[in-house]
Amino acid sequence: MELLLAVVIGSLYATGLYMLLRRSVVKLIIGLGLLSNGSNLLIFTMGRLVRGRPPIVPEGESSVPPPFADPLPQALILTAIVISFGVLAFALVLIHRAYQKVGTDDLDDLKTTDT
Amino acid sequence: MQLIFPIAIPLATAILGLFAWRWRTVQRGLGVAGAVALLIAALELLKSVWQQGPQATWIGNWPAPFGITLIADLLSAIMVVLAAVIGLAVALYALAHIDPAREAFGYYPLLHILLMGVCGAFLTGDLFNLYVWFEVMLMASFVLLALGGERAQLEGAIKYVTLNLMASAFFLTAVGLLYGVVGTLNMADVALKIRPLASSGITRSIAFLLLTAFGIKAAIFPLFFWLPASYHTPPVAVSAVFAGLLTKVGVYALLRVFTLIFPDDGRTIPTVILALSAFTMLTGVLGAVAQGEFRRILSFHIISQIGYMILGLGLFTTAGLAGSIFYIIHHIIVKTNLFLVSGLAHAVHGSFDLSRLGGLYRTHPGLAVLFLIPALSLAGLPPLSGFFAKLLLVRAGLHAEQWGIVAVALGVSLLTLLSMMKIWAEVFWKPKEDDPPAEDSLALPVFPVAECTGMMSRLGFWSSAGLAILTVMIGLGADLVLAFAEAAAEQLRNPDLYISTMQRGRP
Repeated sequence: MELLLAVVIGSLYATGLYMLLRRSVVKLIIGLGLLSNGSNLLIFTMGRLVRGRPPIVPEGESSVPPPFADPLPQALILTAIVISFGVLAFALVLIHRAYQKVGTDDLDDLKTTDT
Repeated sequence: MQLIFPIAIPLATAILGLFAWRWRTVQRGLGVAGAVALLIAALELLKSVWQQGPQATWIGNWPAPFGITLIADLLSAIMVVLAAVIGLAVALYALAHIDPAREAFGYYPLLHILLMGVCGAFLTGDLFNLYVWFEVMLMASFVLLALGGERAQLEGAIKYVTLNLMASAFFLTAVGLLYGVVGTLNMADVALKIRPLASSGITRSIAFLLLTAFGIKAAIFPLFFWLPASYHTPPVAVSAVFAGLLTKVGVYALLRVFTLIFPDDGRTIPTVILALSAFTMLTGVLGAVAQGEFRRILSFHIISQIGYMILGLGLFTTAGLAGSIFYIIHHIIVKTNLFLVSGLAHAVHGSFDLSRLGGLYRTHPGLAVLFLIPALSLAGLPPLSGFFAKLLLVRAGLHAEQWGIVAVALGVSLLTLLSMMKIWAEVFWKPKEDDPPAEDSLALPVFPVAECTGMMSRLGFWSSAGLAILTVMIGLGADLVLAFAEAAAEQLRNPDLYISTMQRGRP
């Protein structure tokens, strides 16, 4: 399972970076989305995949016997998902406004502020 | 408990400001009052950190490695004070110079959310929490940058947003890997647990991922391209606060992570940082020489100055770190002030283009003095703050026998002087041409000037003058500032105090 996830994460990063390098603004946003999903999955995998062992302290003991599913990475991912949702929503509105203003979605035409 | 205030005050100000959405006068009052309160809270924090050593607060009373800890050592406290000073100066400047449309769309609440993000990033003791504060800060800066929706702003914002989000993704990747390796994200706890693994491959990879992520945010070579593409597009009341604070959060994160979590590591990382610092200084200053627009020149100088700030980290000696911290203190005030002056010059002649400006020395001698103080300080002329900052770094470099970097630092400061003299000659010295040539308006947004008269319109001038006085005071009272910088550097070099402060919350 770890191996499969590692492959998925690697593909997400690779596709995300490839999309970031495209000229279309929409693909740029898709690339950002893929990249952030890749890092979320990475955190999930780095928390070790344990099946069917909830982190609940059994009766009469003071700690959970390992191995158990680590809840912390999932809390981190939840936070990261919410943040990237908000940020991507903003980015979508931004490219829409830029498209209205400039009339192109080609990044090569968006370089009047470059030096 | 004190540590909550620098975060809670801007948050409360922003929320109240949002409630007062329709009443612009209330928003203005709140904007300034919140900044004053933040400054008072920050100074109180600095006082108690100076007198009693690092302070920590365990949010929700969760003990150290489990909950989120806010922790302030001297560096954090100094940075929070600087953020508050800049917040106040820019809020005052904005009273006179931000246009009504941007004000009506929430300039002041956004400014305070930005300040909250910046202060949070300075105070947090947890790596994931640092990521969250980065995002808070970025989100506010995205909106501030795009607020107004002019073509140049939107173009600049796309680059700014993309590269900063990429940096966040790298940061998150590093955080995930780090959690997999040490099973904790509390910075002090990570520092303890990573020591036995310091030279393993995965630790190195994490360190370089963090260097890349923070490097993009700090705009170091070769990751700075978002900065000159975007910083000159929003109004000065926005870009001044960006110039003063945003990249410095990246520098702060570099200082914190590479002194606390990855200290020294067989000198690989310090050597890389030293090389990056040299290239950052050079490319920044050479980029500035080629520019003919007031704020673009200043934007490139930010990059060049970032090089100086990480120079001390690259040397990795107490003297070097003290130099870096002194440099950050000096730079934040001076750079914000230069942007404010560019806004004041724009208010007079309606342009940022050097060829369309001129004659300000004759008509506005006060403004000319206001420009000269931060400009000469930036170039490093005694007795202004920049001289001592550079002196400290050069001395630390000589002491560490890094002759190359010292030569670069000195050469770059000459070129900085050249650049500042160019602005002086073009904007203040040469006579103004009566009939300016038609400009190509694509790249140069023209901002409507705020409607204000009398005393209010002088506020921009006085907030800039206040920063100039601070610059002179740092120069004259260099002893005192140096004592702070050295004590802060001492704390960075010996992270045990930081770690033991964090551990006081252990069950």
